[in-house]
Amino acid sequence: MTAGQMPRWADYILMPAINVAAAFFVSGLVVLAIGENPIDAVRILVWGAFGWNEGIGFTLFYATNFIFTGLAVAVAFHASLFNIGGEGQAYIGGLGVAFACLALDRFVPWWVTLPFAVAGAAAFGAAWAYIPAVLQAKRGSHVVITTIMFNFIAASLMVYLLVNVMAKEGSMQPETRTFEDGGRLPLLDTILPGVDFGSAPANLSFVLALIACVFTWVLIWRTKLGYEIRTFGANQTAAVYAGISPVRITVITMLISGAMAGMMAVNEIMGSQHRLLIEFVSGYGFVGIAVALMGRSHPLGILFAALLFGMLYQGGAELAFEMPAITRDMIVVIQALVILFAGALEHMFRPALIKLFGVLSAPATRPA
Amino acid sequence: MSEQLAIELEGIDKRFGAVQANKDINLKVKKGSIHGIVGENGAGKSTLMSILYGFYHADGGEIRIDGKTVTIASSQAAIALGIGMVHQHFMLVENFTVLENVILGAEGGARLSKGIGRARAELKRLAADYDLKVDPDAITGDLPVGLQQRVEILKALFRGADILILDEPTGVLTPPEADHLFRILRVLRDEGKTVLLITHKLREIMAVTDEVSVMRRGEMVATRETSKTSMGELAELMVGRRVLLDVEKTPAQPGAPFLSVEGLNVRDARGVDVVKDVSFEVRAGEIVGIAGVSGNGQSELLEAIAGIRPARSGVVTIDGTRIDLAAARRDPAEIRSYGLAHVPEDRHRMGLVTRFHEYENAILGYHRDPACGRGAFLDLDAIRATARAGIEKYDIRPPDCALKTANFSGGNQQKIVLAREIERDPAVLLVGQPTRGVDIGAIEFIHKRLVALRDAGKAVLLVSVELDEVRALADRVLVMFDGRVVGERAPETAESELGLLMAGATQEAAE
Ligand SMILES: Nc1ncnc2c1ncn2[C@@H]1O[C@H](COP(=O)(O)OP(=O)(O)OP(=O)(O)O)[C@@H](O)[C@H]1O
Ligand SMILES: [Mg+2]
Repeated sequence: MTAGQMPRWADYILMPAINVAAAFFVSGLVVLAIGENPIDAVRILVWGAFGWNEGIGFTLFYATNFIFTGLAVAVAFHASLFNIGGEGQAYIGGLGVAFACLALDRFVPWWVTLPFAVAGAAAFGAAWAYIPAVLQAKRGSHVVITTIMFNFIAASLMVYLLVNVMAKEGSMQPETRTFEDGGRLPLLDTILPGVDFGSAPANLSFVLALIACVFTWVLIWRTKLGYEIRTFGANQTAAVYAGISPVRITVITMLISGAMAGMMAVNEIMGSQHRLLIEFVSGYGFVGIAVALMGRSHPLGILFAALLFGMLYQGGAELAFEMPAITRDMIVVIQALVILFAGALEHMFRPALIKLFGVLSAPATRPA
Repeated sequence: MSEQLAIELEGIDKRFGAVQANKDINLKVKKGSIHGIVGENGAGKSTLMSILYGFYHADGGEIRIDGKTVTIASSQAAIALGIGMVHQHFMLVENFTVLENVILGAEGGARLSKGIGRARAELKRLAADYDLKVDPDAITGDLPVGLQQRVEILKALFRGADILILDEPTGVLTPPEADHLFRILRVLRDEGKTVLLITHKLREIMAVTDEVSVMRRGEMVATRETSKTSMGELAELMVGRRVLLDVEKTPAQPGAPFLSVEGLNVRDARGVDVVKDVSFEVRAGEIVGIAGVSGNGQSELLEAIAGIRPARSGVVTIDGTRIDLAAARRDPAEIRSYGLAHVPEDRHRMGLVTRFHEYENAILGYHRDPACGRGAFLDLDAIRATARAGIEKYDIRPPDCALKTANFSGGNQQKIVLAREIERDPAVLLVGQPTRGVDIGAIEFIHKRLVALRDAGKAVLLVSVELDEVRALADRVLVMFDGRVVGERAPETAESELGLLMAGATQEAAE
């Protein structure tokens, strides 16, 4: 049976909402089991993420990371490629940002450095996706395997570089020197009048992420390249028939995907940390997979899914603080449940929902 | 014949959005009969069968099986009621054996070995009773389509089907395979089973059915006893006007060669030579038909000329441009740009992206044309306009270019491909099975378009398993057997002689 009949809004909005509700319900049971009040927990979580300015600032900051890594996965999805190397691509992307900032920060203002940092992040991220892409396109080595392996290679490479090559002179820390003002993005609340995010690091990268959403939408649905990517993703035989080279499309798609992941580093490195340090990606690349799944590979969906995960990160931290019985690990459990329901079990409620719509629409179409 | 009714439908309605696919359908099918259903593309035949098989829910109406009113909520429910279906696109696991496919979903308990033993015995009995011989241990994917279809029938019978639905079963079969299928259906009927048969080939209706019902635009417009009707009447009932069953054309006026193929050799992925040293020419203003039993290299020939499939050697010249087909940098897009269009044999696998909107498929392969948008961008308004023009000209229904391609009926999907390829006004048109799954009204139109293209001085290379179609359209007929062109004949050549050539009789023997 094919996709079945469901209005589009149900597919794009109702489905994810039900999945999240189910995840929260199960999380609630877990909270109950350890003897806390689930209603209170939800209240603290949501309030922690959206109820106060600093919370909002943190939520937006995390969401920015998720938007980039989510878009990276989504672009590849459209070509039926499963890029799970966002983690490593973002990590290496950090190198591009750091090179630009270290070279320029003492001489020019941030807005001169920014284009170089963005280009560096994209180029380095893309380069890290290039080898798996070529291996897939020419040799048939599956990108799932190679991109995973490249995550490990990236981690080792970065440790080597940060310890042996790029570390600040006379320091034992595996990190570069801190950037001067020319290598720091302005915080969102300094640009937006009347907003104060306190100590939250939400910065201009959020705007960059929104631009990336629009860019992805235009690319996928309004350009010839996007058409080729979608054709290749939906039916490879038809793509060959249409004169679309599988090698070319695989490589180009993976380059764009890697570039998107790489740009996550702009937010972390130039927007917040102001230095390159080890393990700054800390799982954002992997969560991007869940974000893309939940956002159904559509930029708008990804935006909302990224905000949801931003909320879980920020609200979760707040929850761990307010309810001592709920530890950091518990928060990870809740996040995992959302990933489970939104990603892995995405289709669990679908048949029931389709049936429901069948029942609901039947009397409406038969007046007699 | 008993007058008991196996199936009774009353007032069945089904709507998909704006499309009323079934409108107040009434149908009575006698027990122990073969009942044909004919109708134009998109008339609602497949939808009606899907309702009967529990795939779709009717919006209204009543279904009675053996006189009892039932609701069929799922295909499991249909199976429990003794209804079996043979799908047009087979639902078999290709790397399972025949036996494994037959018991799939009906394994009978946790211990597989017990079920398998029982199934083997049952399969033997069915094979004997209904002349349905298939090796139970063969890998399904290795079998020719005709046998795969038999596996589908066995599967239905294994589940105790008393009513068998076949939706366009002969579209993929060669004539002898189709004849064998009809023999099986007759045996089934004589054993008391009821068969519902959908087909676009009126000859088949006349040959095997006892009764036939005609659908038009979602409605059931007539039911006739087959012995008391004619192909002409059925055609008229279907389309609502008289249909020309023959192709009208003047003698060809061949000009310069537009397509020439020299020394083409193709080896497939399994290392088998499938096209062997084939050379021929198609001149401007002529249609060259390739006749042959399917699987003798015709598909591979078309794909190699179009640059989709790598050739071991061979040169093709299209409208004066020479292309080395063995070169590593063969580019189908480049070959297309020299004026070649290609209607592939298998629309689902190659010609369409069923997930796309109709208008997106209307540009597949031509999306880089400036007409589809300047530079890197798609001009959706222009693309939709092109799509609408095709929909109008080819009477594609429903006339909605934003509909998902998968939601068009089979014949209308075929028309989407034809509209796209023919309307580019190519110098050379490769066309494989142009009328597979297409209704007779549309066949008439497609044949006219192909002849018009020829008369406009273009070259057409036609591959079809329908010998009638090749003989009606082609100005010259090449016969392919085992990867070689084994003879060239005039289309007037007797069917028996062509048949002999197609079966591999040597040229001298056929002469
Ligand atoms: N899932 C669907 N969603 C929307 N429209 C559909 C769907 N399935 C069928 N239709 C529409 O319903 C109508 C009837 O389609 P159906 O497949 O029953 O035709 P058919 O008689 O089998 O035609 P063909 O001979 O071409 O196979 C068509 O207009 C088709 O586009
Ligand atoms: Mg049909």
